Amino acid sequence: MPLSQEDVEKLCLLARLEITPEELADVAAKLSDIVALVNQLQAADTAGVVPMAHPLDRAQGLRADRVTESDQHERYQRNAPMVERDLYLVPKVIE
Amino acid sequence: MDNESTRGHEARVIDLASMHEATIAQLAQALKQRKISSKELTEHFLERIARLDDDLNAFITVTRDAALAQAEAADARLAAGDGTALTGIPIAHKDIFCTEGVKTSCGSRMLDNFISPYDATAVARLKQAGAVMLGKTNMDEFAMGSSNETSFYGPVHNPWDRETVPGGSSGGSAAAVAARLVCGATGTDTGGSIRQPAAFTGLTGIKPTYGRVSRYGMVAFASSLDQAGTLTRTAEDAALMLQSMAGTDERDSTSLPDPVPNFSKALEEPWENLTIGVPDNFFDDGLDPKNAQLVREALSVFERLGARLKDIHLEHLHLSVPVYYVVAPAEASSNLSRFDGVRYGHRAESSGGLTEFYMRTRGEGFGAEVKRRILTGAYVLSAGYYDAYYLQAQKVRQLISQDFARAFEDVDLIAGPTTPTPAFGLGQKVGDPIQMYLNDIYTIGAPLAGLPALSTPCGMVDDLPVGLQLVGPHLSEERLLAAAHRFQRETDWHTRVPPGYVD
Repeated sequence: MPLSQEDVEKLCLLARLEITPEELADVAAKLSDIVALVNQLQAADTAGVVPMAHPLDRAQGLRADRVTESDQHERYQRNAPMVERDLYLVPKVIE
Repeated sequence: MDNESTRGHEARVIDLASMHEATIAQLAQALKQRKISSKELTEHFLERIARLDDDLNAFITVTRDAALAQAEAADARLAAGDGTALTGIPIAHKDIFCTEGVKTSCGSRMLDNFISPYDATAVARLKQAGAVMLGKTNMDEFAMGSSNETSFYGPVHNPWDRETVPGGSSGGSAAAVAARLVCGATGTDTGGSIRQPAAFTGLTGIKPTYGRVSRYGMVAFASSLDQAGTLTRTAEDAALMLQSMAGTDERDSTSLPDPVPNFSKALEEPWENLTIGVPDNFFDDGLDPKNAQLVREALSVFERLGARLKDIHLEHLHLSVPVYYVVAPAEASSNLSRFDGVRYGHRAESSGGLTEFYMRTRGEGFGAEVKRRILTGAYVLSAGYYDAYYLQAQKVRQLISQDFARAFEDVDLIAGPTTPTPAFGLGQKVGDPIQMYLNDIYTIGAPLAGLPALSTPCGMVDDLPVGLQLVGPHLSEERLLAAAHRFQRETDWHTRVPPGYVD
């Protein structure tokens, strides 16, 4: 089932990803090819198979719940595009 | 550097002008015996980078001053007699590894302005061992690619033929080591990104067991698959680098707690009675007949040395590409949601609201292939498709993993070609993602099952190198390295230098 341009526009909104109107047809065509490729999975008999989420089937290690990191926000905020009074700036969200 | 007055000693084992021809193991000896200094070595490789990299584009960043300072510190350490095998050895890191104070771009416009505030664990450990970092290598954007053509910084050229690709995504690391611009380099492998470039450039590339090397500070692509490893000329050198990188890390809860064996010592362990499984799946219609012939000849070398070959079949392996192109994009779409234009990275000019701001920032910051993967991921995870695609892919992944586990009840290693063909031409596949994806058909299975795998040079097809791939059970890096080392003693494919990069 090929993806329509409307499908792609919906995915772009879900993924917060802008593509230009000129790119749209090409992206729809290539995503349709990829979906056709992965559709081969539908033929596999997976009745009773446990989904594999981690390649080694091991439990996560635990460690003590204590503070190990120091406050380095000034250092980290040097990479931020816009900072004011130690706060990251975003476009206005609340009217 | 060729100043006669500095060449007073009679018995320099290594000629200063041809230091790049030596392996890490050989240079470590020479450094330890003070026959050469790390400063001489570092200057020599920096000169090669300055002279030869314009045509290759293997480096995104060259850290000249820091490298010379590290070299001087290494020389002081060696003089005091407390160096390791890597002290003073020039290496490079794939630009996916965070390096404190140095740009870490991941091959993307999104991170073009990102100066990492910390070191990845793998970087910190190599630094601690005394390795000298010469710079950061080019790569496919966010490691998504098999040809290094998706990089924001332009494609990398294969030193064996600059009209062909070096493979990807660790293409810059591969080209840099193959052209003798550096002694060894780090890489990462999610679906073949160490082994395929190693095969295309005539190198030894190892992707260890999932979790063997910490992922802390490695820009995440697909967290259940990503694993760091090395690109070197020999298995012996791979053992030396991996020794420093491997081991548990409290900063990565998926890193394995298992003790790290002595890989160099393991190279000499007996292995003559190994049984090597040869899956018919690896010898399909897509495999170049000349490539197939060289792999068969490589297998006969193992046979002559005492190994037993056994035909096997991996029932679900043909589904590994579809599984990968569900699981990896799904994880990528989640991992890459962190790039929001707020905390770091590219930020678009936008006068609209928050949603428009995010969309424009990400639309400008990511290239075409990354966008395709994010959208594919969003698709397979979206309501109504999750069970049919994502959950189904995880189930087939389980079946593929079980196929390997069953095979390893009867065999010690699995062998086959690393790639279907030698390096393809620049621009040849970049317009057709499916053709590009299918190039990874032999390498994708191992990471899906979390298995360690290695590629070693096994011949030349039309003057281009091709690789033999070895896959082992979990935590069998010693066996893989020992087998490759033994093969490299019997053959000389790994010693070939790309014409034009000898001097």
